[in-house]
Amino acid sequence: MAQLILDRIGAHYPGAAQPVLQDISLSLGPQQLCVALGPSGSGKTSLLNLIAGFVPPSSGRITLDGVAVKGPGADRGVVFQDDALLPWQDVLANVAFGLQLAGIGRAQREARAREMLALVDLAGFAERQVWQLSGGQRQRVGLARALAADPQVLLMDEPFGALDAFTREQMQELLLQVWQRTAKPVFLITHDIEEAVFLATDLILLAPNPGHVEERLSLDFGQRYAAGESARAIKSDPRFIETREHVLAQVFAQRESAQRASPQGTTAHEELA
Amino acid sequence: MSLYSIQAIDSARAPAARRPWRLSTRAISTLTLAGVLLLWWAVTATELIEPLFLPSPGAVLSKAWLLATQGYMDATLWQHLAASLGRIGLALFFAVLFAIPVGIAIGHNRIAQGILDPLIEFYRPIPPLAYLPLIVIWCGIGETSKVLLIYLAIFAPIAIATATGVRNVDPVRLRAAQSLGATRAQLIRHVIVPSALPEILTGIRIGLGVGWSTLVAAELIAATSGLGFMVQSAAQFLVTDVVVLGILVIALIAFGLEMGLRALQRRLVPWHGQSH
Repeated sequence: MAQLILDRIGAHYPGAAQPVLQDISLSLGPQQLCVALGPSGSGKTSLLNLIAGFVPPSSGRITLDGVAVKGPGADRGVVFQDDALLPWQDVLANVAFGLQLAGIGRAQREARAREMLALVDLAGFAERQVWQLSGGQRQRVGLARALAADPQVLLMDEPFGALDAFTREQMQELLLQVWQRTAKPVFLITHDIEEAVFLATDLILLAPNPGHVEERLSLDFGQRYAAGESARAIKSDPRFIETREHVLAQVFAQRESAQRASPQGTTAHEELA
Repeated sequence: MSLYSIQAIDSARAPAARRPWRLSTRAISTLTLAGVLLLWWAVTATELIEPLFLPSPGAVLSKAWLLATQGYMDATLWQHLAASLGRIGLALFFAVLFAIPVGIAIGHNRIAQGILDPLIEFYRPIPPLAYLPLIVIWCGIGETSKVLLIYLAIFAPIAIATATGVRNVDPVRLRAAQSLGATRAQLIRHVIVPSALPEILTGIRIGLGVGWSTLVAAELIAATSGLGFMVQSAAQFLVTDVVVLGILVIALIAFGLEMGLRALQRRLVPWHGQSH
């Protein structure tokens, strides 16, 4: 099964003095749901772009099943914050798009796309136009599109960041169900602490200037949800609250030290809900 | 008719019932046109203006019938119309065929942009009639010159609009397609061209407008058929009703082309302007 390995990754923006990311190592395999949590400026989107292959790392090595990552490819499916669906195609064609690019025949790819739509609870929406969908529905189509191409790993770039709180909770639960059923490794970035603690099997806390891993946690709340426990029961479990408060304290400690280091370092404030 | 539309508006906008005389923009436009026609009829019926300068609407209409059945200058109105439409159609066909790939190349490729952008920007601002003599010297006064002139007039707006559309493609869509395994050619075919289609169609609309005015001007200079030729030769014999008729037909065709392309745009890119 798939194994994604990042070995001492660094990234530089051209012209910038300080690196965006420094010395990041992580390993992601089946049954794992790795969440990168950090304030804006901690380089979490850059990290996802490196894994997706949209930008090359300036140092280090990224491999998927032993093969070096060179550019974007269908083995790493991406779900974007802004759904990035194609408005000239209906929902079914959007989900089948990756298979169409791979040259798979219409009947076969549409059958597969319908399966994926059923997986994200959108079975009746195949013939809709994408502009007729709500934000949550569009994100589910984006998820189905990424899954339809049968990637080795699933990368998610703040996928629920633009949704309202109620829809976001629904989507988190849906993601855990899909993750459970497909058993694909998932790498997700977010700035929502509760979301991170709830979903992650592996939580990495990123800190800025330059972006580096501050702390790693192994959690099991997502697995407990997938095993059948209710989301409300998990989120009111004292252990969940304790973990959430611990992560929150870490993030605030980080921010204070950043403010002491540079007087203008108030960036993360509004983002940490 | 206007009374009917006023009532329709009132029932559609119940809260605006306090202002019963609110007209829709379309009704105002219709009334304006009707007013101009009425004024034209009035000044000619009262013989305020001599028919030599402005023939009455009735005279123009009966001339239209005469031209449609018997013709003017060895050709019926339909033959003049067909000559003009044939030229612009041929020029449009070649312009679309070449300008869209050129626009994609300019928008997508740095080297193609470096080569083609200055060439297009150099000739685009020149009025087509300024380089018409050169085209006549090179290609003679036959059909080739006229079609070439219109082609050049249409080419630049389509190429520039296409390039703009290609540059404005949402980078997230490109990344999404790339992460689904799209090759460079598939990106162009499945993401870039459909994304740029609204701009391409706008470019064609602008190009057709420019092309139509260029065509009529070209026919004023060297032609034996066509609407522009018909107006020009009628003017030389002071046949004012044919001149007015020709102008009206030219305007109607331009209006029809514009409306047809707008309808095509709504049909081909229904997502354009949606909240997405």
